[in-house]
Amino acid sequence: MSDMNTAMVEKYRNSFLSEVEANVEEGEWVKMCMQCGVCSGSCPFGPYWDHPPQELFMMIRAGKREAVLSSESMWMCTSCYNCIARCPRGLPITHIMHGLAHYAKRLGLAPKNQQTMKFASIFWDNLTKKGRVNELQLGLKLYFMNGFVEGIKTALCMKEMGMSMLMTKRMSPMEYFGGHSIKDTKGLHAILKKAREIEEAKAKQF
Amino acid sequence: MAEEKKVGTYICKGCGIGDRVNTAGMATIATRECKSQVTKEHDFLCSAEGVKMIQDDIDNDGVNHIAIVACSRRAKTEAFSFENVAISRGNVREGVIWVRPDTDEASETTQEMAEDYTRMAVHEVSVMTPPTPSGQSEGRKNLLIVGGGISGMTAAIEAARAGYEATIVEKTGALGGSAANLYRRVPESSPFKDPEDSGVAALIAAVDADSKITVHLNSTVTKTSGAPGRFSADITTESGATATENFGAIIQTSGFTEYDANQLPHLGYGKGKNVVTQMELEALAAAADGGVIKTADGKDINSVVFIQCAGQRSDEEGHLPYCSGHCCTTSIKQAMYFKDQNPAIDTTVMFTDLRTPGAGGEDFYRSGQDKGINFTKGVASEVTDNGNGCTVKFRDMILDEDTSTDADLVVLATGMVANAGVDIDVVGQDDPGKWEVSVDSILNLDYRQGKDMPQLRHGFNDSHFICFPYETRRTGIYTAGPTRRPMDIGQAIEDATGAALKAIQAAENAELGRAAHPRSGDLSYPSFRKEGCTQCKRCTVECPFGAIDEDEERYPQFNEGRCRRCGTCMGACPVRVISFDNYSIDTVGNQIKNVDIPEEFDEKPRILVLACENDAYPALDMAAMNGVEYSAFARIIPIRCLGSTNLIWVTDALNSGYDGIILMGCQKGENYQCHFVKGSEIAQDRMSKVDDTLQSLSLEPERVETYEIAITDIERAPQLINDMAATIEKIGMSPFKF
Repeated sequence: MSDMNTAMVEKYRNSFLSEVEANVEEGEWVKMCMQCGVCSGSCPFGPYWDHPPQELFMMIRAGKREAVLSSESMWMCTSCYNCIARCPRGLPITHIMHGLAHYAKRLGLAPKNQQTMKFASIFWDNLTKKGRVNELQLGLKLYFMNGFVEGIKTALCMKEMGMSMLMTKRMSPMEYFGGHSIKDTKGLHAILKKAREIEEAKAKQF
Repeated sequence: MAEEKKVGTYICKGCGIGDRVNTAGMATIATRECKSQVTKEHDFLCSAEGVKMIQDDIDNDGVNHIAIVACSRRAKTEAFSFENVAISRGNVREGVIWVRPDTDEASETTQEMAEDYTRMAVHEVSVMTPPTPSGQSEGRKNLLIVGGGISGMTAAIEAARAGYEATIVEKTGALGGSAANLYRRVPESSPFKDPEDSGVAALIAAVDADSKITVHLNSTVTKTSGAPGRFSADITTESGATATENFGAIIQTSGFTEYDANQLPHLGYGKGKNVVTQMELEALAAAADGGVIKTADGKDINSVVFIQCAGQRSDEEGHLPYCSGHCCTTSIKQAMYFKDQNPAIDTTVMFTDLRTPGAGGEDFYRSGQDKGINFTKGVASEVTDNGNGCTVKFRDMILDEDTSTDADLVVLATGMVANAGVDIDVVGQDDPGKWEVSVDSILNLDYRQGKDMPQLRHGFNDSHFICFPYETRRTGIYTAGPTRRPMDIGQAIEDATGAALKAIQAAENAELGRAAHPRSGDLSYPSFRKEGCTQCKRCTVECPFGAIDEDEERYPQFNEGRCRRCGTCMGACPVRVISFDNYSIDTVGNQIKNVDIPEEFDEKPRILVLACENDAYPALDMAAMNGVEYSAFARIIPIRCLGSTNLIWVTDALNSGYDGIILMGCQKGENYQCHFVKGSEIAQDRMSKVDDTLQSLSLEPERVETYEIAITDIERAPQLINDMAATIEKIGMSPFKF
């Protein structure tokens, strides 16, 4: 359990709803859910969620902190926005899902081997390094995300496409070694550092 | 009537009637066969010119019985409304030319149909008398309002505003009723966010200030008799002093009692001070008056659980099967009492289906969520005392698990039970001359059928909730507010306003001797031939509106103001002594007898259709408008209600050679659609005895059928006629043709 998590448990004890309202992006909307279930019915991935959005909201109100934050559910959201478009109460459900996922990650409660989370980290690191996404590195990282053997297998599967991309100059193997960057990488890093400082200062307030 | 009877027959040739049938032939029949003294044809009878022709004959020629052979009696009613004359209508448009094909083969039977409808119209009118008001009404128009709550006060104020005097009789020592015990009410105006003042004080002030309103506190109604326009009520005070006053109409606004929560021991009621009902919480909130709300034994409250549908919407014995409608919004309002005072208090509303009716209901719900009230979809199974407060065990319906929560206070949303007086189906009326006041009764009616308003469902004084929700089954007595059906303040105000207007209408109609809904404006009323009466009591028992009392000699005593003119008494009378001026055993019997019955070997059967004028007849008219065809052998007679069908009509028809008889009434039973509530049900009971008649005549039982027809049955009703024609073809013609 992270220090932050211990602090939050201490602080909110019985009211997980208040915790969500204070710390999760758009969390103050959770209380407005009227349990109609339109979001759950509209979600294209609905059948694969352990707890569809409607249920997650009810779990938050029922104080099921562990179950919600360690759930895989909100990580399943693909941001199709069907639920937001349909919610009769106007809840920004997609944003709440991402907010919950993010909060769970910050607290260190997200499932350890969560694939979406893993890829999101890889993507973030790749992007922030030079300010541009390095597609070749990103692709390879994705292939080998779950180990060497699976990486080789996936690479062999995608062999023909890779070769075609090489031939038509859609992909340069040289990109693997460094690749190009934005003009002011240092500046970007400074911005991100500052943003992180602000975010952490904000989190400490609660 | 002193005037000599003079029958005029007017045959219209418009709307294609003249092209399809030989009107001259019909005119000859009217004159020669039916002895119509004046017979005229016209190209366009409902035109100003045609109407004037009839009016001229009335004014100058002394015609006072008019048979109009044109379209359905439901069409052109305004054109063909003549004063002080008897009128009958022969339906050759919707009844003949529109339901028959325009072919050479069909023309002969079509003409026969038209000729029969001419005969029927002339023979019907010749036994009618132009109806005149009975003059029983005393012309009173002031209103008696029983119950001084929100509904009663609203009704009184609305009546006073319309210029009518009102008297409120209130059992307790103050006006206000249940609403006076509310700390706040659910908001009635935008933005629907916060509880509002109940408005009771303002309403009481308005009543007190109104010179047209008289209030009797600590009083009850110990006897009510009479009829619209001439009600008489004994108003008795607590001390026993009785004053008799007269009224034009009555509104009963006796309100509701909160369901007895002692019947819910599993929800912890009665075991401590931390389980209360909604009304009890109102008292706690009123005592706090905006400050910290504490339990009755003075404990702090940090968490509250509201259990919705406590003892309601449940099939269990002793529980209320219905939804009381107001409790969800009431619980939201009450949770706000806590949240507005201290947002840190946990409030949970435990519901299965949250319903927030009314324009602002949804906004109010949202406001509640915004204020942090927690809404949990769940069913509470048990409330136990845990020493510090309560533990509520419940089934979470969303998370699908059994769980529990602790609360310092549990509020039970128990429902509304109507203060409807005694159930007249259970408690009979005293014998004539042995009148006793019942303390349980609200109105203490001296009506033969019982002391209070009939109850429809679950003990509420409702009436026909589909077709005419404001009407009751006691003419001139209207119920309003939660005694009629469960409702909130906003609905009760609307309901009481409607009831005030209906009561005024009833008193005004009574003065003119006119019927109330559904035969509004009808001047005819039932009377009976005393010499023939056998005192069998069937009329007094069967009248759906309790219009008939029994006098000391046990003869029926008709109160025309209470009568709705359905004719159920006429149909019930085994000796056929009851009749209306323009509707009697003879007006229908004469039509039945004068249809031309062809010889058996002509292969032209005759099917008699007695169709309820409210549903079946319009259905057949609409079928005609839609071009649905049916058998040319049918002869359709509209009747006021299937309940007015006297068995003699059926017997006569069978004896005179009809091959089949169809009776078309409305849906009966639980979801009845009969405009006279019980008419079709009574008729169908009566018709179960027809089999004996058929047996004694050695006729097949298929020859008489009774059906429930809705006004929408425009395909089915003609089909049933065709089915009967097919049946006759199969079983053969009636042997009773002469």
